[in-house]
Amino acid sequence: MTKSATITRSVIIEREMPHPPERVWRALTQGVLIEEWLMKNDFQPVVGHRFNFRATPMPHWNGVVDCQVLAVEPDRRLSYSWNASGEEAAGGLKTVVTWTLTPTRGGVLVRMEQSGFRTEDETNYQGANYGWQRYIGGLERVAAGLG
Amino acid sequence: MRTTTNELFSTLADPTRRAIFERLCRDGEQTVRALTDRAGVSQPAVSKHLGVLKHAGLVRDRRVGRQTHYSAQPQGLVPLIDWMSLYGSFWREHFDRLEALLNRMDQ
Repeated sequence: MTKSATITRSVIIEREMPHPPERVWRALTQGVLIEEWLMKNDFQPVVGHRFNFRATPMPHWNGVVDCQVLAVEPDRRLSYSWNASGEEAAGGLKTVVTWTLTPTRGGVLVRMEQSGFRTEDETNYQGANYGWQRYIGGLERVAAGLG
Repeated sequence: MRTTTNELFSTLADPTRRAIFERLCRDGEQTVRALTDRAGVSQPAVSKHLGVLKHAGLVRDRRVGRQTHYSAQPQGLVPLIDWMSLYGSFWREHFDRLEALLNRMDQ
């Protein structure tokens, strides 16, 4: 009960947008445009490129996300790592963000999946030193029982 | 009494305590003795863990004769679930901003 296989959780957001995929692709891959809707960055649409997102620091978050481009398929798919940085990197957030664009009759279905939220072996999630992460795997099961 | 998120996290950080709570969620109401038989620690230790879980709003007790029965209160987990959904809110908010930008690009 105290040790189980690693289970990861994902956050998935999907939204259909009445725009051509090429326009959405530009908003996802041009640094100046990304800054307008997400965060300051030095993104380049080149596989292997390392970059940061930067926001105003908050309690338990230094405001910097360490990233590396993992996949670039123009107008279709973009993927980058999304990790905690600096002193928060060890034991911190290690996730992957993947954008998928699927043309629809009225525009494009935009899907964002952030995967890899781990349920164990993390004792320092965003600076908060609680050993509770292992527990998260069972949370949804229990939450489902709340009706 | 209002349970703070910090108290909830620290309550569930202990593996033995978490195992007791998970067992109550899975198997339903149990006596202290039944829990002790499976917990691998002494009855006073189990009682102490149950006291902490009760204080955090995660279990409820009921006396029947000389036995105390404990049951899980999963709604006590709500602050934790809210915390996990923060990342969902983060992306939804930024999706709104992305759409606003796309609309401006259209002009």
